[in-house]
Amino acid sequence: MSILHTVNKSPFERDSLASCLKFASEGASVLLMEDGVYAALAGSSVESQVKAGLGKLSVYVLGPDLRARGFREDRLIDGIKVVDYAGFVDLAVENDKVQAWL
Amino acid sequence: MSEVVKKFMYLNRKAPYGTIYAWESLEVVLVGAAFDQEVSLMFVDDGVYQLVKGQDTAGIGMKNFSPTYRTLGDYEVKYIYVDADSLAARGLTQDDLVAIAYEDMDTEEEIENIVEVVDAARVTEIMDESDVVFSF
Amino acid sequence: MKFAIQINEGPYQHQASDSAYFFTKNVLEKGHEVFRVFFYHDGVNNSTRLTTPPQDDRHIVNRWAELGAKYDLDLVVCVAAAQRRGIVDDGEAKRNGKDATNIHPKFRISGLGQLVEAAIQSDRLVVFGD
Repeated sequence: MSILHTVNKSPFERDSLASCLKFASEGASVLLMEDGVYAALAGSSVESQVKAGLGKLSVYVLGPDLRARGFREDRLIDGIKVVDYAGFVDLAVENDKVQAWL
Repeated sequence: MSEVVKKFMYLNRKAPYGTIYAWESLEVVLVGAAFDQEVSLMFVDDGVYQLVKGQDTAGIGMKNFSPTYRTLGDYEVKYIYVDADSLAARGLTQDDLVAIAYEDMDTEEEIENIVEVVDAARVTEIMDESDVVFSF
Repeated sequence: MKFAIQINEGPYQHQASDSAYFFTKNVLEKGHEVFRVFFYHDGVNNSTRLTTPPQDDRHIVNRWAELGAKYDLDLVVCVAAAQRRGIVDDGEAKRNGKDATNIHPKFRISGLGQLVEAAIQSDRLVVFGD
């Protein structure tokens, strides 16, 4: 069963991203949304954690949330894909279920 | 009540009393019992604090809802999992947690304590096996 | 595909209701079905008809109501959570001796069973919260 994990809180505020990456299994997808998008930015102290995650998972970031917070795609960790809300829906459909890490 | 039987997982990651999520998520479990689904409760991160025994809320003026956990066996809940790493990180052991009994109405099988401390690999397995995840 | 949406937070305080709104709108625009949108915890506060947000900002309650009207959505507010937080319809006012109601007509108050049913009947449950 492939899971779409959603992470909506900043990795500097909550352990949600860390827990998500720890328990997500090979082949799952992770969508960073709302304040969770900060984990997608290169150069932060969680970059290595996210890069390690990219080894087994597909990681996406919600474009509208990224842009709202003043960042563009050029600031992202390599390998993270940008999706919009329509893409979010597609991810929910393509995976077997959605699991929210609040 | 329903022909479709899904594996429900209630994902609990928050401590009790500081916010309402622990109590209101339990209310979903209780109501959900009537729907005869296959239910597991998963306690991870601060969620493990929900099961700590000896909660005394008199001083904070809130209802102590922790006795409800001990009745979960009466609400069709057979699977209660606690993440071992979350416990260890918080300096807790299973001894700090309540014991929850379960009796199977059909087979009369009695289990003294269905609270199971599991490792990360098992947590992942349980999450992967679920059909639906409720998060609070 | 059938979707059930759960919203755990109230309007403006958290982004949850906004995120859920855009997700739900896109689900519908792609031709999928939304079985139910269920408001729990502070999410019940998305159903009051008495908000007056600033003119230059989005009107979260009305936005849900309009989406609800356009697609005939079932916007359900949990009765227990609503009672705790003072979201009242005519039935609740009579039952609990309240002198006013505040719920927006496009939302209905019902039990937690509606959330569980939605999770059983839908293909996907998507939760928005804090």
